[in-house]
Amino acid sequence: MDLIELRDVHKIYRLGLIDVPVLKGVSLTVAAGEFVSLMGTSGSGKSTLMNILGCLDRPSRGEYRLEGREISGLNPGQRARLRNRTIGFVFQSFNLLARTSALDNVMIPLEYCREPVADHEKKRRAAEQLAKVGLEDRLDHQPSQLSGGQQQRVAVARALVNRPRLLLADEPTGNLDSSTSRELLQMFTRLNQDEGITIVIVTHDPDVARTAGRIVTIKDGLIEAIAASPGRAGEAA
Amino acid sequence: MRLYVTLKTAFRALRRNVMRTVLTTLGIIIGVASVITMMEIGKGASLAIQKTMTSIGANTLVVLPGAASAFGVNFGAGSVVTLSPKDAAAIALECPGVRSVAPIVRARAQVVYGNRNWVPTYIYGTTPSFLTVRDWEELDRGAVFSEHDVRNANKVCLVGQTIVRELFGGLSPLGQEVRIRNVAFKIVGVLKKKGANLMGLDQDDILLAPWTTIKYRVVGTSLGGGNQSATNTANSGEVNSLNQIYPNLQQNLYPVASDTELADSPQPIRFTSVDQILTAAASSEEIPAAIAQITGLLRERHRLKAKEANDFNVRDMTEITKAMSSTTELITRLLLYVAMISLAVGGVGIMNIMLVSVTERTREIGLRMAVGAEQKDILRQFLTEAVVLCLLGGVMGIVIGRGSSYVVSKVLHWPTASSVEAIVASVAVSATVGVVFGFYPAWKASRLDPIEALRYE
Repeated sequence: MDLIELRDVHKIYRLGLIDVPVLKGVSLTVAAGEFVSLMGTSGSGKSTLMNILGCLDRPSRGEYRLEGREISGLNPGQRARLRNRTIGFVFQSFNLLARTSALDNVMIPLEYCREPVADHEKKRRAAEQLAKVGLEDRLDHQPSQLSGGQQQRVAVARALVNRPRLLLADEPTGNLDSSTSRELLQMFTRLNQDEGITIVIVTHDPDVARTAGRIVTIKDGLIEAIAASPGRAGEAA
Repeated sequence: MRLYVTLKTAFRALRRNVMRTVLTTLGIIIGVASVITMMEIGKGASLAIQKTMTSIGANTLVVLPGAASAFGVNFGAGSVVTLSPKDAAAIALECPGVRSVAPIVRARAQVVYGNRNWVPTYIYGTTPSFLTVRDWEELDRGAVFSEHDVRNANKVCLVGQTIVRELFGGLSPLGQEVRIRNVAFKIVGVLKKKGANLMGLDQDDILLAPWTTIKYRVVGTSLGGGNQSATNTANSGEVNSLNQIYPNLQQNLYPVASDTELADSPQPIRFTSVDQILTAAASSEEIPAAIAQITGLLRERHRLKAKEANDFNVRDMTEITKAMSSTTELITRLLLYVAMISLAVGGVGIMNIMLVSVTERTREIGLRMAVGAEQKDILRQFLTEAVVLCLLGGVMGIVIGRGSSYVVSKVLHWPTASSVEAIVASVAVSATVGVVFGFYPAWKASRLDPIEALRYE
């Protein structure tokens, strides 16, 4: 079953009187359990596409189905609920709350759960996710006491705490050095293979893109190429 | 559950920047503290003013006998004799709105001491509670005569400063004897100086004695009755029989009537009367209630039918009462303005910081929206933070305000009075300030576009 289904998606920004088209008809399907990377130079429209995939933005024209459900018609509240339940975000700059423990940071998405979760249950789930990313001994550390790689792992734990089906990562390795980048990508691969979480990574780095099973290249608002990744072998090395 | 979560989030956010939280709250703390201190000092001041006004007689109610009229001629207030000392006792006992009661028997007579003489403006026969009614308990010298003196019609008196000056030339009159209509009174106390009243009459030109003494020994026979009536009242057992214990100068010329004779030829009963009853209402607010209680009680005691007019009048000091209430109102209003200004300043401070905080936490807001917060969640969160800030400030302000008003009363000896209204009002106002001044920043935060917010540097 296709988790993501984009059909002829356009996105046009209005700058004063001029319409600036950013996406010019993108069609793409991502099956459940897939690991896809979106590649492109800056200004190619990959971030806009990412925002639309993450339901932070709506396409100007075209169809976007997530889990078979049409998104364009949802109001902001419904989209917020959808994000909370179905999508986990990982950002380039981590976006952790300063002076807040790793545990509390991971618990943030649970605050906005529609079904109330008991306090101890929240803590248990957050700790479980942190353990999964290998930070079980850093629960009470604040972001300033963690390395970049650890911070990004906290962010991943936060993204996963609501057990979403889709993980969207926007340049997740942009602020990390190569060895921690590699660890993070290995973790993504593991999550994808062991837990069946669908992952979409946006990156401009071909090495990072190669981790995914499929590479979608975007140029000037259009999909230039979709290729099966040759990199699975390289990852093992 | 949701409220609890929101509160917890708010506390966590506030704890994340303790310094800013404290500084923000400071505005409200100072506001609320100054409101409470002001209100307490102001309330103390207005109580002090009320006390001063009371000593002028603001709460005084005078009960006068009614007017008599015959053949179309009205003789004016006080022309009939309707009030008795028992009325006074009953008012004291049964009217909760009345603080104290004193019957008054007036006399106008020459007071003689040695080779000097003087006619005081007031010679009042009364009870010790007269001084309570007039707020005059503190004596210059000596002591007040007692209830015992009143019961026994003892020949003791208190004198005012003017009499001391005129008769004693400023020497201590304690223990001296003055004569009023050939009755010797021992001076047991000297009143404090009170000065002229609002009408310009010298209030220190006064001699106070037990009303029984004035009634039966000084003016005794003046009220028409003569010996016969005195005998009758004595026999009827209706009032005290002081006339028998202390016979007047006149001899009893007639043989005392037997019970049978009395029953056969009933005489109009002459009861012991007083010229007026002076009462003090418990407070200026209770004056109307006190008037109603006194009127009801006296109508009942005088057995007036529903259609009959009152045979007495109750007078209050409307002018002084008005002056008092307008003064206290003025003070209260003044304090309210000061309070409102300081709280508004505190509120603007909170709004300022909340706006800064929204800008500073743009990315946090973006993140919260990305992970599923709706606009209303963000609105609620920031609003809660503002209200929590204000309430924290309110609580601290109450503590500091109470503390400083305590210090003021201890160190500066200003009168203060604790004011529950001030506390309730300032908590309510600080919560309102939180909502009002917290709303705009919170609304602004909730309107942020998550994409922009996440990218905000």
